[in-house]
Amino acid sequence: MENNKRLKLTTAQLKWENGFKRLLVVMSALLVLLVVGLFITLVVKAWPTITSLGIKFLWGKTWDPVNNVYGAWPFLVGTLLTSFTALIICIPFAYAIAIYLGEYNPRGWLSDLLKNAIELIAAVPSIIYGFWALFILVPVVRTFEMKIGVAPYGVGIFSASLVLSVMIIPYAASLGTTLIRMVPSPLKEGAYALGATRFEVIRNVVLPYTRSGLIAGILLSLGRALGETMAVTILIGNTSAIGNSFKDIFFGPSNTMASVIANEFSEADHTLYYSALIELGLVLFLVTVVINLIGKRIITRFTNE
Amino acid sequence: MNPNTSFRNFKSILFKSVIVFFAFLITIPLIIILLYIIKQGVTQVNWNFLTNVPKPVGEKGGGIANALVGSAIMVGIASVWALPIGILAGIYLSENSKSKLAYYSGLCVDILQGVPSIVIGIVIYYWVVLTIGYSAIAGSVALGIMMLPIVIRSTEQTLRLLPPSLKEAALSLGVPYHRVILKVIVPCGFAGILSGIMLSIARIIGETAPLLFTALGNTFLSTNITKPMESLPHVIYYYATSPYDDWHDLAWGASFILLMFVLILNIFTKVITRKWKVQL
Repeated sequence: MENNKRLKLTTAQLKWENGFKRLLVVMSALLVLLVVGLFITLVVKAWPTITSLGIKFLWGKTWDPVNNVYGAWPFLVGTLLTSFTALIICIPFAYAIAIYLGEYNPRGWLSDLLKNAIELIAAVPSIIYGFWALFILVPVVRTFEMKIGVAPYGVGIFSASLVLSVMIIPYAASLGTTLIRMVPSPLKEGAYALGATRFEVIRNVVLPYTRSGLIAGILLSLGRALGETMAVTILIGNTSAIGNSFKDIFFGPSNTMASVIANEFSEADHTLYYSALIELGLVLFLVTVVINLIGKRIITRFTNE
Repeated sequence: MNPNTSFRNFKSILFKSVIVFFAFLITIPLIIILLYIIKQGVTQVNWNFLTNVPKPVGEKGGGIANALVGSAIMVGIASVWALPIGILAGIYLSENSKSKLAYYSGLCVDILQGVPSIVIGIVIYYWVVLTIGYSAIAGSVALGIMMLPIVIRSTEQTLRLLPPSLKEAALSLGVPYHRVILKVIVPCGFAGILSGIMLSIARIIGETAPLLFTALGNTFLSTNITKPMESLPHVIYYYATSPYDDWHDLAWGASFILLMFVLILNIFTKVITRKWKVQL
């Protein structure tokens, strides 16, 4: 009698156990399904433009939905120019923070303060950056543009990149800090013992050792910059026309792939328009996926070594 | 001293000063932004601001009650569906790190983390909005997807750090697997999981892009989750890009509240991680 009860209890527990294990499998399979689903939906919905315009879509120079002409070139230029400008501005800061927190001053209240400030920069929602910049940064940029003699729009690629560079610094900086801290101290001590100064140790030991990891951090920042939507949408000025000279493009209003989706998706009124916008989304998706996976791969290799 | 040596020392000091300068320069824009938002926002916030819905242009007063309620509802629904999935998937990833499925779902977490939020927004438009229309549900589906990677990664990493002896001891006592996980492993890693949850909420509460084509926005106070709903970041976007000064003031107030939410959530997470010594 007693045994029977225990047997029943054990079988019930076993059932639960198997059910739980299956639940775990289902949940992670769901994840794969979700990402595959995202990708398939984008491809299916972008199919009309993919078949009718082909690869020409990417370097078509005019975007004129009224006449059903779709060329993504202005947005590609806008996206790449904004992201890379932001990246170039961000690199010295990200490296400086990583070297400071990783090498010069790994602990103590001052480095805690800086670390918290950087986490805060990452935490502030992008809409707030955009809103602030629209009212404070844009007038400043406008006066600057008047001084250097270009059309004083204020909004445009230049303003967007400035704000974007601040927003992406935390990603590269925090990863860089972690990696620089992982440099084995015997390496550094060896260099010090040979009479190297701090600067020489950093330049000849720390930076070469962490080079691939730092590049991965920059890549992850680039991924963020490419997909950033709200701050850029507010600041970019939203024109689908593309300027003639580099100066016009760089200081004038423009559009990025993310901002054109944000602005025009709700206005789209026929299939081809929708599908052109979604193809932009698909391109964005693929590019960020590739960049992120490369970055992650480099980091995994680095941390496993 | 050898002139060469002193030059090298000088170079070293110069380099350090440049590094310190650049490292701390970054705090300046942060301080400027925070102070400005607080200065502009704090004068807007009062009881009426929190309990009223926006007034039409030209009328004084009005508040953002609809956005507060909307954000709370959508973040709530997103948490209800995304947290269990995220935590369970995180448990799977930490328990079976060698399996093929774990490799692929780990890959998918990395991908999800990088997908621009606007792209998730347009996909949810096709998945949900075209079936039930612009609604709070659609918004929370999009927000939930954005929560998943953060919750999964923090759960996985916390559980990995637990000593295997913990699990082995429980299993050797004859405790069934699911009870080992739910009663031993998860409670031990609770602080880490909780801080992941906090971070993910702090992240999605400020997301505008996935809501643009899903929850749409609503100028009235609405609690009907099958209808369009307002949210804090969307109200900021809508009023910030409008041409009216009254509406800008409303947006500053909303920004202040959003910023405070995010700050408090982040500080709270910090306190948790420090108290339980979690490594994230």
